[in-house]
Amino acid sequence: MHKEAAIREPLILGHKTYHDVTEDVCKPIEDKAPKTWYILFAIAAIIGLYGVGCILYLLGTGIGTWGLNKTVGWAWDITNFVWWVGIGHAGTLISAVLLLFRQKWRMAINRSAEAMTIFAVFMAGLFPLIHMGRIWVAYWVLPLPNQFGSLWPNFNSPLLWDVFAISTYLSVSLVFWYIGLLPDFATIRDRVKKPIPKRMYSMLSFGWTGKAKHWNRFELVSLVLAGLATPLVFSVHSIVSFDFATSVIPGWHTTIFPPYFVAGAVFSGFAMVQTLLLVMRKAMKLEAYIHTKHVEYMNIVIMVTGSIVGVAYLTELFVSWYSGVEYEAYAFINRATGPYWWAYASMMTCNVVSPQLMWFRKLRRSLLFTFVISIVVNIGMWFERFVIIVTSVHRDYLPSSWSMFYPTHIDIGVFVGTIGLFFVFFLLFARFFPVLALNEIKSILRGSGESFKNGDAHSPAFSLSEQHLANKGTASGTSSNEGSQSSTTETTASEDKHETQLNKLLDRIGSASKEDKVDLKQIKGLGPVIETKLNDIGIFTLEQIAKLTPEDISTLEQITGAKLGRAENDWAEQAKDLMNNNNNN
Amino acid sequence: MADTVIYAMYDDDEVLKAGAKKLVSKGIKVNEVFSPFPIHGIDPIIGVKDTRLGIMAFLYGLTGLMLATIGMNYFMVQDWPMNIGGKPSFSYLENFLAFVPITFEFTVLCAAHGMAITYLLRNHTIPGMPAENPDPRTTDDRFVMELRLSENESYKSDQLEAMLKETGVVELDQKEIK
Repeated sequence: MHKEAAIREPLILGHKTYHDVTEDVCKPIEDKAPKTWYILFAIAAIIGLYGVGCILYLLGTGIGTWGLNKTVGWAWDITNFVWWVGIGHAGTLISAVLLLFRQKWRMAINRSAEAMTIFAVFMAGLFPLIHMGRIWVAYWVLPLPNQFGSLWPNFNSPLLWDVFAISTYLSVSLVFWYIGLLPDFATIRDRVKKPIPKRMYSMLSFGWTGKAKHWNRFELVSLVLAGLATPLVFSVHSIVSFDFATSVIPGWHTTIFPPYFVAGAVFSGFAMVQTLLLVMRKAMKLEAYIHTKHVEYMNIVIMVTGSIVGVAYLTELFVSWYSGVEYEAYAFINRATGPYWWAYASMMTCNVVSPQLMWFRKLRRSLLFTFVISIVVNIGMWFERFVIIVTSVHRDYLPSSWSMFYPTHIDIGVFVGTIGLFFVFFLLFARFFPVLALNEIKSILRGSGESFKNGDAHSPAFSLSEQHLANKGTASGTSSNEGSQSSTTETTASEDKHETQLNKLLDRIGSASKEDKVDLKQIKGLGPVIETKLNDIGIFTLEQIAKLTPEDISTLEQITGAKLGRAENDWAEQAKDLMNNNNNN
Repeated sequence: MADTVIYAMYDDDEVLKAGAKKLVSKGIKVNEVFSPFPIHGIDPIIGVKDTRLGIMAFLYGLTGLMLATIGMNYFMVQDWPMNIGGKPSFSYLENFLAFVPITFEFTVLCAAHGMAITYLLRNHTIPGMPAENPDPRTTDDRFVMELRLSENESYKSDQLEAMLKETGVVELDQKEIK
């Protein structure tokens, strides 16, 4: 079992049983989607479709529909590509690097962060593909024998490295994510009643059964995949930065690009995770699992990576002067004071200044502030890529060819469209997939749950009220609370049986607390003794009594040991009548 | 082969683990444990050996490394050397640095996918496979221990059940299989 220092903040707030975890995560999937979901989905779908329209127009007409010109040959397309790849860095970093470092707080966020990664990399991959112009010959990037010689792709080119890096990253992340999803799909499969979802989730869960040997393999596969994915995360953005760093353009030809791009990618990725999760935890009522501490941890990552990015910016500036290369120096002076000074200024403010505010504990624990900063960072990181790409090329060695870049409506449409598509995917994920890693959360419940850390609860099998009952029911305290020292006897076995029967009963008739208590003696044949007994097991209201069936009455007889023979049928009827009367008054 | 299977259901992983320890110490063989999440420390108790998938991943990675090396040597050095700024195009070793990124990526690609596919095949978790857990609650909050009569021939089924009851089970079930 995972042990955790008492002074660490609990990762799961309040008391949760294993079943509660399942309920909390599966309920939003099984219930009807709220209206806001449909509204958001419709908006995202419309924007996404507009983007698809722009892409189709672009493919039909040609790259000329973008605002590119002779001098600025790369602009929004590559900016968006790098921006999306950067966002796609948080997910695998969270699930792989934090797994290797045994950071348990990752478990609440890894599933959705990885989903975000995968969708972001989809969007990223789109840009190089459409930038090829003739997308139908996109397979030329693969080393396939052909009738031109065979002429192979150039394996010395960072652009081809990118093809391999991005596709490896995408497919490995997808596999890693899906292997973690299998047991959770099985949980949903075993819960849903409707035939079509049942079929769907059985297909998705691949027949997962949760045998000990399977879990043994599962843990090793997760660990090895994490080990493989960790260098992969760092290599992907390093290779993306090689697209620029191996060129001879002043402003691009920089050896610090790989680490600087990786830090920037993690920075923007975590910002996007914050943006999405702060909304998701609220909308799906997951505040107990993703709470202030998780947000604070992520903000610390944002602060650290933001500082690395800030240092990289300053290093670049210093080296451009210190190198004594006037072209290099000009590229940076032009960035800061040239016609694109506003892009440079917004990049500096958003990426260098804003993460420094996270040094204040109050601010990094403020959810609203975090949400605002996360959006600011995303904007800042887009500008970073724009500044690097456009301002380095728009004034080249020949002043007569200097120019500016003006995006066309297709440029804008494609970019905004990918945001729409991204949200379409993410909303579908939130609707149909388990957004928390159920099996992982359950495995840390005992070690990191609040009620377990402060000693209120002993077993994740019971709710607190059930535990209270179990303690009372067995005077010697020999219920199965203390897992390791269960000296149970026949009586506790039957006690346990009562326990489960009672749980089922309470599940069906609904639970109530002392605050809801009404006078149950209004019912004829229900005396003060029985009332106390009913109160003891958690029956306080007429609504609960109204739902009792004859079987329940006999169960209650067994549990309380009282004779309730007269109660069958009659009690529920009486309770209903009383409720009606109350309503009419 | 006809056999009787006893399913003992627990609502707490720690109770199951303690129970399994007790049963195994009496010489009872626990055939299988179904749980909604990995129970750490159960494997040595019920005699589940450590998986060898890690070794497989290494071998798949090695395969990827070899394929990438052979491929790039053939494409870029043997079959069609490219003249890139006059750099030596006739030697794999002198061009090696440019081949590192793809060699690495391809190694990871093969290791990850090879292992994932082996994992799914070994577990028999393939799209369309029927679920075999004895109770749907074992993917939610219940833990089931499976004993087989054929593997515990020195005991009768009611003896086994009596012993199971002492370990804090919440439900007991018996099934005849053919």
